[in-house]
Order: sequence, then C-alpha cells, then structure tokens
Amino acid sequence: MVIAPDVRRGRHTPQVTIPVPQLVASERPAEQPTTLEQVFRIEELSTWYGATQALRGLTLDIPRNRVTAIIGPSGCGKSTLIRCLNRMNDLIPSFRQEGRILYHGDDIRGPGSDAVALRRHIGMVFQKPNPFPKSIFDNVAFGPRVNGFSGDLRMLVETALRRAALWDEVKDKLGSSGLALSGGQQQRLCIARALAVEPDVLLMDEPCSALDPIATYRIEELITDLAREYSIVIVTHNMQQASRVSDFTTFLLSGEERIGELVEFGATRDLFTTPKDERTEAYITGRFG
Amino acid sequence: MTVAPLAVAARWRPRLATRSRSGRAFLLLCYAATAIGILSLVVLLADTAIKGAPQLSWEFLTSYPSRFAARSGVLAAAVGTLYLALIVIVVSFPLGIATAIYLEEYAKPGLLNRIVQTNIGNLAGVPSIIYGMLGLAVFVRALSLQRSLLAGGLTIAVLVLPIVIINAQEAIRAVPSSLRHASLALGATRWETVWHHVLPAALPGVLTGTILALSRAIGEAAPIILISSIAFIAFLPDGLLDSFTILPIQIFIWVSKPQEAFHAIAASAILVLLALLLTLNAIAIFVRDRSRRSAQW
Repeated sequence: MVIAPDVRRGRHTPQVTIPVPQLVASERPAEQPTTLEQVFRIEELSTWYGATQALRGLTLDIPRNRVTAIIGPSGCGKSTLIRCLNRMNDLIPSFRQEGRILYHGDDIRGPGSDAVALRRHIGMVFQKPNPFPKSIFDNVAFGPRVNGFSGDLRMLVETALRRAALWDEVKDKLGSSGLALSGGQQQRLCIARALAVEPDVLLMDEPCSALDPIATYRIEELITDLAREYSIVIVTHNMQQASRVSDFTTFLLSGEERIGELVEFGATRDLFTTPKDERTEAYITGRFG
Repeated sequence: MTVAPLAVAARWRPRLATRSRSGRAFLLLCYAATAIGILSLVVLLADTAIKGAPQLSWEFLTSYPSRFAARSGVLAAAVGTLYLALIVIVVSFPLGIATAIYLEEYAKPGLLNRIVQTNIGNLAGVPSIIYGMLGLAVFVRALSLQRSLLAGGLTIAVLVLPIVIINAQEAIRAVPSSLRHASLALGATRWETVWHHVLPAALPGVLTGTILALSRAIGEAAPIILISSIAFIAFLPDGLLDSFTILPIQIFIWVSKPQEAFHAIAASAILVLLALLLTLNAIAIFVRDRSRRSAQW
C-alpha cells in the first residue's frame, strides 16, 4: 500500500483500486459555485496581445477541489484565460493584463508575487503531450528536483505515476524515454509530472485534443479520480467532455470584435439542462461553434 | 443538378516529351555542377598528396624547421596549431553559447536586439585580416600580450565567435517551445529551463557550429601573419605568452621560398594540416553524436 505524500492535506489516498468514474450526475440539486470555497477569484480580467484584445471584463470564482470546464468556440479566449491562471502569458512580451486574479486571496501579479513560486502550486497539462526527451523517471523527477524536494524521490515518482494511472504500464521501464510512450500514455506522463510537485491546482488546456477516443476516456476517468483532491480547470471544445467531467462550466464567446467575454458560468448540470442565456443554449445544442 | 462539362480535349496540350526533356536537362546540369566541385577537390587533393606524401615521415613530424628542406619538419607549427585550436575552443565556445542564450532566451525583441543581431551577422563576413589588425591593436599592443600564443588564440577566437553564436542561436531556436513551457509550468526558473532542457536539446546543433568554427580557425593564416612573428620558430611554446607559429604560416613561408624542395614539404605540411583538421572534427562529431543519443528523442 502506497501512502500518498499528501501530509499537507492530512489525508491518505489508497492507490490500488481505481474507482468507477462518476460520469452521471446525482439526483441532488447541483452545487452552486457561490456556496463553495474558491481557489481563484477572477475580477474584471481583460487581456491584450499587443493591440489585440483577447478577453474583456471576466469576473468569476473558481471553486476549490472541483472541476471547472471552460468551453466556447475557437478564438474565444479559453486558452488565454487558463494561461492567465499560472501566468504563462507573462512569457509573451506583448501580453498585457488588467483586472486581478486572486489565488487563495492573493493577487497573483501583485507586489511580492513570484511566477515561479506560483507555478509550483498550479500545475499545467498542455494540448499536445510534451514530455521531456528524457527517461520516464527523470520526466517526473525534474519538478521535485528543481523545487528542492528532499524526501524519497523514487517513492514520490511512483506515487505520481500511480495517481496518473500510468504506473502499471511503465514500472518496468522507468529508464526508457518518455517519448517512446503512446500519445495517451505521454499525456498521463505529463499529468504525473505535474502531480509530482504536489500542486493544488491542475490546469488542463484541451488535454485530449491530440488523443484517440480510448486514451481520451482514460484521461477523463483520471480527471474524475483526481477531482476531489485538486482544483481542476479544463479547457475543452468538446461539450460532451465538459458535461462528463466537470462540476462547473464557464461559457466564453467572442462577438463581432473577436474579444472573448463571459456569457454564463454555473453548475455544469444547470448550464447544460437549463441555460440562462440563449447564446449558451444555441452553442450547447450545436447551432453554432 | 448539372455538372460542369469536362474540358474539351483540344484545349489541352500536355507536351509531355518537351517537359520530360527539360527535366532531364536540368538533372544533367545538377550532375555537372556537382561533378565540377568534386573533381576540382579531387585534383587539388591528389596533386598535394602526390607532391607531399614522399616527404611524410616520423622525422618530418618531429623536427623543427631548418634552412635545409630535407631536414625541416612541422613539429613547432603542428603543436602551435593544436594549442591555438584549444584556446579558440575554450574561449569561443562558452562565450558564443552564452551570447546565443542571451539573445534567444532573455533579450526582449526590439531595435537594440535587431542591431546586435545584424552586427553579428555582418561580423561573420568581415575579412579575417581585419581581425588580425584588431588582435594586433588590442591583444598584442593594448593588453601587451606581445606576439604570443594567447594573443593569436584570442584573435582567432574573436574571429570565429560570430559563427559559433549564429549556429548556437539556430540550434536554440529549433528547440520546441513546448519543452520550455513544460519546464516553466513545473515551477522551474528560466535558467533551470535553459540548463536542463534547452541546452541539452540544442547541444548537437551547437557542436555542429563548433566544428565549422574550428575548421575555420585552423585554416586561418591572414590574421596570424600580423600577430605571430613569422620568424624561425625552432621550439615549442612553453606557455600562453610564448611566441608560436602555426601550420598555415609554415606552409606560407615554405611556399614563398624559391627552392622546389621547400614547395614539396609545403605540400606535406598541408597533408598534416588536413589530418589534424579531420581528427579534431572527428572528435567533435563523436561528442555530438553522443549528446544526440543521451537526449532520448
């Protein structure tokens, strides 16, 4: 029995059995984002790349230890929004941001904040699997190493790989290249790599768009498994995926000027069954996008 | 629903024969161009080998130059060339890579960056004699290194620096940004990202640039003519501040003598220079291939 190095949250996670994903919503009324503790509070967020505005006036709270999906047609700013959360946009020289993003109450771009420190707590999984051209072990161990992890590295790597439901497939070949794995395995390796630094949030930017349906299903299963321990934000243009894996859904849309705005945010079940905005209804019923 | 009628056959003239003839003609042209290059190289090498090979002997490799062609050797020049190559690598490799990293990973795009970039490009094309004058003014005179091995080595290092930088930049640029993002998203700093991921991935390309730079460095005579004292060097350099000579200079000296015998040993010296060049490149290629394998693409 492996005990997850999860002392911070003071709870042990049995790693052996993979519970059946809860793909069907329960009968209880849906939780509302406002009644939950938030991990992110986004206030009047507007962003620009050079002179081109990408997002305008977004305000929403992202609940802690839940899955929040960001949906919307191409070019509506989904990726921009998720990349604001771990300050990956700061790498783009022409990027500019107004408004605030609070992470556990602290402005992530405020004075004294540090993108490097922030990103340790906010893991990210990218659209295309991007393992390092190194061994599977080193892929997972890199994050703990640079962040000064001083415990049992092998155990940490094993735990991360187990959490990402990859351990059984790779335990005999930890020394071989991460790039020798299949696409779906690579993506789970990237998830393991993100989990290895014991983050609090997991950002996923269309994590399944480069995968086949079976690999996609496994990742979705994994998201459901991880959902109660991590705050997960997932960008997807697959509405079925959003309805399957997420607790809450944000619908973004860009109008004539091609600037992304928030149309609707709420419990996924409500948004997909009784959308408040007619544009949401039009989008989820497939009338555009 | 009506479909647009197919084109009438009379409107098409495929001229297949003419087109395939011109294709063959072009192929022939390419063959000819390649053959001219290879042939002239073969002729040059064969001519040198025929002239130079008879004088090649252990004595030739281990003797100092002499007034008599038969007793002359390339020891001082060969060792000088090796030392020079070492200094060039030690100086230009780290400087060049550091510059490339700065320009690619840190420098903000803008006017200043563009000016620097253009200038590096231009510097790669500056005639080498200009570098000799720079070396003479800066290293020999201003820094009073005299006509030493160090002054020569630094001059050639500056000469090949643009080549190293440009190649390293291209190699660094070729590293996919997804790799950088993966590392940064884990909470690695920019430097950790460069050191652990960008540089290892770029190393093979960087080493290719070094091979090119080294070949250039070893073959240069012009700048060293200004810097070394071309005199009769019948000793090995003792330290960095000793005077020295190199193979291209030795060849230049022997070729400019009137006696036929010296022309022959100049050809032998060219063969030694070629062997040295191939050996150094082989080492660099070996290192490059190893670094390619260690990155598990």
